[in-house]
Amino acid sequence: MEKSQNKIKVLIAKPGLDGHDRGAKVVARALRDAGMEVIYTGLRQTPEMIAEAALQEDVDVIGLSILSGAHMALAPKILTEIHNTGLDEVKIFLGGIIPEEDKPKLKKLGIHGIYGPGTSTKTIASDIRKAIS
Amino acid sequence: MTSVSDILNGDRLAITRALTEIENGSSQGKTTLNELFPHTGKAHIVGITGAPGTGKSTLVNRLAYEYRHPSRDRPPLSVAVVAVDPTSPFSGGAVLGDRIRMRDVAGDPGVFIRSMASRGSLGGLAQTTAGLVQVFDAAGFEVILVETVGAGQAEVDIADLAHTTLVLEAPGMGDDVQTIKAGILEIADILVVNKFDRPGAKNTLRFLKNMLRQVDPEERYELHHGQRSPFPDLPITEAEKNKPGWDPPILTTIATSGEGVSELVERITNHRNFLLSSKRWSLKEERRIKREMDTMLQRELLIKWRDSTSSTLYQRTLKKLVKREISPQRAVQLLLEGDE
Repeated sequence: MEKSQNKIKVLIAKPGLDGHDRGAKVVARALRDAGMEVIYTGLRQTPEMIAEAALQEDVDVIGLSILSGAHMALAPKILTEIHNTGLDEVKIFLGGIIPEEDKPKLKKLGIHGIYGPGTSTKTIASDIRKAIS
Repeated sequence: MTSVSDILNGDRLAITRALTEIENGSSQGKTTLNELFPHTGKAHIVGITGAPGTGKSTLVNRLAYEYRHPSRDRPPLSVAVVAVDPTSPFSGGAVLGDRIRMRDVAGDPGVFIRSMASRGSLGGLAQTTAGLVQVFDAAGFEVILVETVGAGQAEVDIADLAHTTLVLEAPGMGDDVQTIKAGILEIADILVVNKFDRPGAKNTLRFLKNMLRQVDPEERYELHHGQRSPFPDLPITEAEKNKPGWDPPILTTIATSGEGVSELVERITNHRNFLLSSKRWSLKEERRIKREMDTMLQRELLIKWRDSTSSTLYQRTLKKLVKREISPQRAVQLLLEGDE
């Protein structure tokens, strides 16, 4: 009984300026239904705000939703900020409209998984479980 | 590994790791709490409760901002926030959305916001909320704002944890009969009518004022919160009976614009001063700590009993009960006796 108290904690954040948070909310809800504790931060988060929230909430996973095309500018900044907090084990996932040619670069930077439109939320939940087990 | 001295020095990584250990009920977390406890007892713990959608998170955001950037002649104070949201009874998961409304204090090193899921607790807080509050207290945060799950009528656990309890109301949440029911309104040290710019706000204010006028402040010394504790109560001292009571004020706020928030912080501070000067602070602390111990004792007794009882006996007894061969009363008796 005591053991099962260890819940997977996920921060869902929307960096940058686009205001489309439908996807982020759908994922948040789906991860809730997969038994995870999801902290939703809302729109227009700066890299500093995301790193700070991740630190204060001590999350296992950060899910970023970027639909603005600014992922190549935002992702490195977010990764640096998170590294600066000292959260070294946190796994970062990215969802949104990401062109094929950018994916290898983002993975190389340290993004754990990338999901485009049409991804099953079950896939995301099981990838998260695998990543942190 | 979390180091106690790092927590006492306010190291944010050490604090956040300790909070997680405590939430998960790990032995590391328990050790940390044992070591931190002597360093607690300094912070002013302020509870914020009220029905879902009354504006608790938005008000907490404004309160934190006001403590950090006082609009009156007050020194700025460091603020920790513990915000509790419900856990799904089906999946065990949760969406914690209180941070969405707490943007004004982002990036301030004097503020630390932690969300937590209720993980099955019913009283409006999680089982480990008190533990998290102790970490922040030991780490030197001067004010700790605890936001409950959106509470209905009976979630009154916050009054056991907080020194000062705010109960939020918003217009359009029910008629005047609601205000004479027992429960959440009774635990308020300060009543707040939020969303005061909304239609019907003046009626809500009038209902609440009428309700309060019927309460004799002299009678408002604390017993227990209705729940009969199986453990002995602390006696009510003569001194406690004869002290002048606190008359809960009603304030109005518009949390989205910040209107009324400065005045609210003033009153919260007044309440703290009242508790300190009337010696109620120490009485409250005594009762608070006792309740915490009682709750923990109940929980641990249950675990001890469970570990000492064979699960076959449990299953067998349950089967008899389901077939209605024995009554629930009898079943419990059998289980406690440990035989058939």
